[in-house]
Amino acid sequence: MSTLAAQRRHDPRAGDGTREPDDGRPAPTAHAPRRRGWWIVALVLAVVAFVWVFPFLWMVSASLKSPGEIFAGGLNLIPETLAWENYGRAWTEGRFGQYLLNTVIVTVTTTAIVVVRCALAGYVIGRYRFPGSRLVIGIFVATLFVPTGYTIIPIVKVSLELGLLNSLAGMILALGGASNVAAILIYAGYFRRMPADLEEAAIVDGAGFLRVFLRIMLPLSMPVTATVGILTFLATWNAFFLPLVFSSTNPDLRTVSVGMQAFVGENSTDWAAMAAAGVISILPVVVLFVFMQKYFVEGIAGAVKA
Amino acid sequence: MASQTRQRRRNLWIYAFLMPTFILYGVYTIYPIVASYWYSFVEWNGFSAEQRFVGISNYEAVLADPLFWSSVRITLLFMLVVAPLRVFGAFFLAILLNSPRLPFAKFFRTVYFLPVVTTTAIIGVVMRFILDPGAGPVAAVVGWFGLPPVDLLGDSATALVTTALVYVWKFFGITMIYWLAALQTIPQDVYDAARVDGAGGVRIFRHITLPMLLPFLLIITVLTIEDCFHAFDLMQTMTAGGPFYSTEIIEIYIYRWAFAASIPQLGFASAAAVLFGVLVLVLVALQGWATLTSQRLRSQSTEKGRA
Repeated sequence: MSTLAAQRRHDPRAGDGTREPDDGRPAPTAHAPRRRGWWIVALVLAVVAFVWVFPFLWMVSASLKSPGEIFAGGLNLIPETLAWENYGRAWTEGRFGQYLLNTVIVTVTTTAIVVVRCALAGYVIGRYRFPGSRLVIGIFVATLFVPTGYTIIPIVKVSLELGLLNSLAGMILALGGASNVAAILIYAGYFRRMPADLEEAAIVDGAGFLRVFLRIMLPLSMPVTATVGILTFLATWNAFFLPLVFSSTNPDLRTVSVGMQAFVGENSTDWAAMAAAGVISILPVVVLFVFMQKYFVEGIAGAVKA
Repeated sequence: MASQTRQRRRNLWIYAFLMPTFILYGVYTIYPIVASYWYSFVEWNGFSAEQRFVGISNYEAVLADPLFWSSVRITLLFMLVVAPLRVFGAFFLAILLNSPRLPFAKFFRTVYFLPVVTTTAIIGVVMRFILDPGAGPVAAVVGWFGLPPVDLLGDSATALVTTALVYVWKFFGITMIYWLAALQTIPQDVYDAARVDGAGGVRIFRHITLPMLLPFLLIITVLTIEDCFHAFDLMQTMTAGGPFYSTEIIEIYIYRWAFAASIPQLGFASAAAVLFGVLVLVLVALQGWATLTSQRLRSQSTEKGRA
């Protein structure tokens, strides 16, 4: 914004910027067309943005249409009648009430586990040299890019042997134990950059290892915790492969993303209820995103800067 | 003596802090990586406890399966379509969105980022609605132009490109944020100085923005390519690998043999998984090598510039 103002000040020909000729005539000055150029860019971006979010608009609209109206096809986004009963069918017959509850339990617990274990590990890795520290970091970096498809078979086997395959706890541990190397490295980087005098003062006052971490380091790492927490929350809420395999023999364990699959398989004609189920499943993360946008963006941006 | 005790106690704390990660990561990441190798040498249907050592015959079977090679080809093709579109498309968009002159830039960022946060498996199903040849909105648009109805996901000629484009749409926002972060590393006063010197927008872009972004091109490409290996959710929910295996990426191939078959072939699937892991490793190593090389070249050129 400030550069724009500066640019105007530097160039007397640019005028005051408020009298944009809107009649399509070529602008009389050298700089006016460029400013209008940005409005044209914005217009194009707005059209693209509409196409971009169209699938969501369409899903919301379909979730309120009567089944007949959906099959009539067309692009009409505004339903003739508001068929709220679609949501009732998704909630009870589609069991999305249950699936939503499962998803919340799995997501919240997994996020808590990941945040705690990554904060602890990141702290000691970022802050201390200890026998084996190079090896630990080496293993983490070496396993940074492991795809789920590679590890899924032994994960299922181990869970089976531990008696955890048919429980939400098993799913939670598998999700929380999967590769979260990036989170550990983000924590490590953050703790490494913290000034040493903070903890030195506390140690002089007689604080031990645990006290320094809990009272000084952890509270100071809130921004990282928020970022890691939100990114983990998002990844877990949206997880599909692991929950799919873990709930394959027990439908009671389905999360919303797996439940949607099953619903499509069983009721492939009830598109209205499916759309309602989709809205139920997606709405919580969208709301979270809108409120916590800053942390999402910072977390992802951190991957590039790191 | 006292300091040695303190040192030892400190190390105990350190290992205690690492313990949760050691246990969880060990059981659910390290062990599975190692175990995959073992499983790939046994014949095992997953039901019985019996695992019969069969040597490399699983590998022979996988490598002899044309569908495995087809899934490798599809995975790489998918990457070749997706990665450039995401990297360069998002670059172009980020340049526009980074301009202080663009109205509503913040709003656009939010909108373009929105698909990233939504549940992939649900998007897969929604896209099946959207692309449905009978009642979907895409069919309606095609109808406006008087064209015959198209079944983009149901036709093996178009399914891969269609799923790839949906994938690009879904994750475009992440790459856009990568680029915006990269753009923000360029200090504003460099631009200001250039402007004072009378440089125009195009020249500033060519001589300042582009060179300063070049190092990020590699990082962002690596991150994006790495992302392409996580296409299972979307592909499984949109096409489940079909029609006629035309969208069967390696992860779906593994899933089909390990979990979706009536008689699971876990040894066979593990061999495929190990080969997949090797492929990922080779690509990551290649990228690591490319990154190091480019860094060396860059530092050489700056030295030359100074001399």
